[in-house]
Amino acid sequence: MSTPGEPPRTPVTSPLWEVFVRARRGLSHTHVGSLHAPDAELALRNARDLYTRRQEGVSIWVVPAGAITASSPDEKDAFFDPAADKVYRHPTFYEVPDGVDHL
Amino acid sequence: MKGPLDFTLALALGDDALVAAQRLGEWATRAPEMEEDIALANIALDQLGAARLLLSYAGELEGAGRDEDALAFLRDDREFRNCLLVELPNGDFAVTMVKLLLLAAYQVPLYTALAGCADERLAAIGAKARKESAYHLDHAALWVKRLGDGTDESHRRAQAAVDQLWPYHHELFTADPAAPVDPAGLRADFDAVVHPVLAEATLTRPATGWTPGGGRDGVHTEHLSFLLAEMQVLHRAHPGAQW
Amino acid sequence: MYGNDFVPQEDAPGGGLLGQVEAAEVALREAAARSREGAAAPGEDPAAYFADVIDADQKIEPRDWMPDAYRRTLVRQIAQHAHSEIIGMQPEGNWISRAPSLKRKAILLAKVQDEAGHGLYLYAAAETLGVSRDELVELLLDGRQKYSSIFNYPTLTWADVGAIGWLVDGAAIVNQVPLCRCSYGPYARAMIRVCKEESFHQRQGFEILHTLSHGTPAQRAMAQDALDRWWYPSLAMFGPPDGDSTHSAQSMAWKIKRFSNDELRQRFVDMCVQQAEILGLTIPDPDLRWNEERQAYDFTQPDYDELMRVIKGEGPCNRQRMEHRRRAHADGAWVREAATAYAAKQRAESQREKVAA
Repeated sequence: MSTPGEPPRTPVTSPLWEVFVRARRGLSHTHVGSLHAPDAELALRNARDLYTRRQEGVSIWVVPAGAITASSPDEKDAFFDPAADKVYRHPTFYEVPDGVDHL
Repeated sequence: MKGPLDFTLALALGDDALVAAQRLGEWATRAPEMEEDIALANIALDQLGAARLLLSYAGELEGAGRDEDALAFLRDDREFRNCLLVELPNGDFAVTMVKLLLLAAYQVPLYTALAGCADERLAAIGAKARKESAYHLDHAALWVKRLGDGTDESHRRAQAAVDQLWPYHHELFTADPAAPVDPAGLRADFDAVVHPVLAEATLTRPATGWTPGGGRDGVHTEHLSFLLAEMQVLHRAHPGAQW
Repeated sequence: MYGNDFVPQEDAPGGGLLGQVEAAEVALREAAARSREGAAAPGEDPAAYFADVIDADQKIEPRDWMPDAYRRTLVRQIAQHAHSEIIGMQPEGNWISRAPSLKRKAILLAKVQDEAGHGLYLYAAAETLGVSRDELVELLLDGRQKYSSIFNYPTLTWADVGAIGWLVDGAAIVNQVPLCRCSYGPYARAMIRVCKEESFHQRQGFEILHTLSHGTPAQRAMAQDALDRWWYPSLAMFGPPDGDSTHSAQSMAWKIKRFSNDELRQRFVDMCVQQAEILGLTIPDPDLRWNEERQAYDFTQPDYDELMRVIKGEGPCNRQRMEHRRRAHADGAWVREAATAYAAKQRAESQREKVAA
């Protein structure tokens, strides 16, 4: 249940991997947690056994946790607020005259 | 056509899977890494699942009213038909992984052939178990490579495991032309998978002519009786009880 | 009464709790969607920002500022929780090889496997707080961090597997369901996943005991004996009485902990009484009776001196459990080293190939 880019960890023998699972076709991969494995092949297999024991997924990504660069909460305003005034990105911004279907 | 040969085969394969599951289950809480504890339990569960399907079907074919539990818990070692390989003690992690490699490399072509056999029930079991065995093979091959080509110690242990277990794989391919699947025909597939894995793992096959066998006839190693004593103790202590 | 002679699925043991887990998940999403008007910006006044988030029932996430004591409390609690899952595999794992039917063997194996998985989810949640799993495992193996004292009791018969599922997992769920609403995001999310998976654990335990208590006289006796031995240790799982609990008040303020030990213990007892009746088993407490005024059961408290002794290391199986864990860890060292060495060789190889290309 780790979130990428955490405070520094002391070095460990077996690196940390973040796991992303596509639950069903048509959905995007979602972060489900993390695990330890010495290499990518084992990480992928461990992820399958740990996070999809109950058929939770059809596709798995594993990413070395160290390879993820994360924004910090302090940067929230600069990173995400500019999107707040771009209401035109959302379909509800547009008024559709009555009687127009399939739009 | 279903006959005594289907019964013999279902029983033998069911016993292979059951005894393999029992051994793998012994690893629970003891694996070298917590992630591997989960992986070994998964493989044990697959083997156990296949065992239940095969033994249930064997019981039906026999027609004597024995279900999966009667066959698993109320037979003595001389009545078990599993190969010797699966009953050997777990040893260290290298022994367990080499054993799994040999077993899975046999089960994959076996279940694949079974999936195409005339008996629909066996074919359905084969089709399901084939996919599981393919994963076991992948897992075992991955680890045999890492142990063989890891550290000096892991190489030494992995080579010792190959030396110990290699003679036991011959029994798996004893010819039986009348059986629904003739084991002799599976050897080429086995070799094509196992030889490259061992080579990549920098491990060598021992040159020995010793080919222990007898499991399919109910003549086992000394280990099986102990394994069954533990597995059956509770069930036998309460005759006729439901669980 | 007409029409009440069946038990709908959601009222079966664990069912109501599963509903609470789902409610916690919904609450998590709703709180996330609420905006905090006029909230302090994280960069200007981190402490005020932290307090705002907690007040709004939203989640603290790993990179947020948090008081050191909050971080320490969480690390300790999540780690002990993770250790409990891992050590907790042993008492039940003890019966995998002897399970009395193939179906029970499969269920038990899957359950013990789940516990390993839960341990890993929790270690991963702890790691988001800046501590490595290796460090935590070391703290466990050195005896500097604890695990739940319940796992220091032995599983002597098959019925103990049932009692662990019904009582120990039942108590664990009562404890854990409120943690699904814990203020620390990764812990809350891990707990939601754990609780959902654990609902099957409690049901299988109940089913084992139900089968035994409706079986042969020997099986019935086995079931009652298990209840007799596991009842009070299960009550002790909720920890010392509120007056003696050292960490509670601050944890409640931070919304790490949501209910007091005694509240949860009462909830557990009230749940079990009716279930024991259905099992046809007798809870070993002569003073257990309904209190109309409190609308709850009066019951005998567990022996807290015994709890303290077990926590100190003097339970029946403390040494055995720790030795088992240490041995597994030590026996696996050469395998972990091999995998690391192999990975290094592969990396070096691909480097060489890149240079050559």
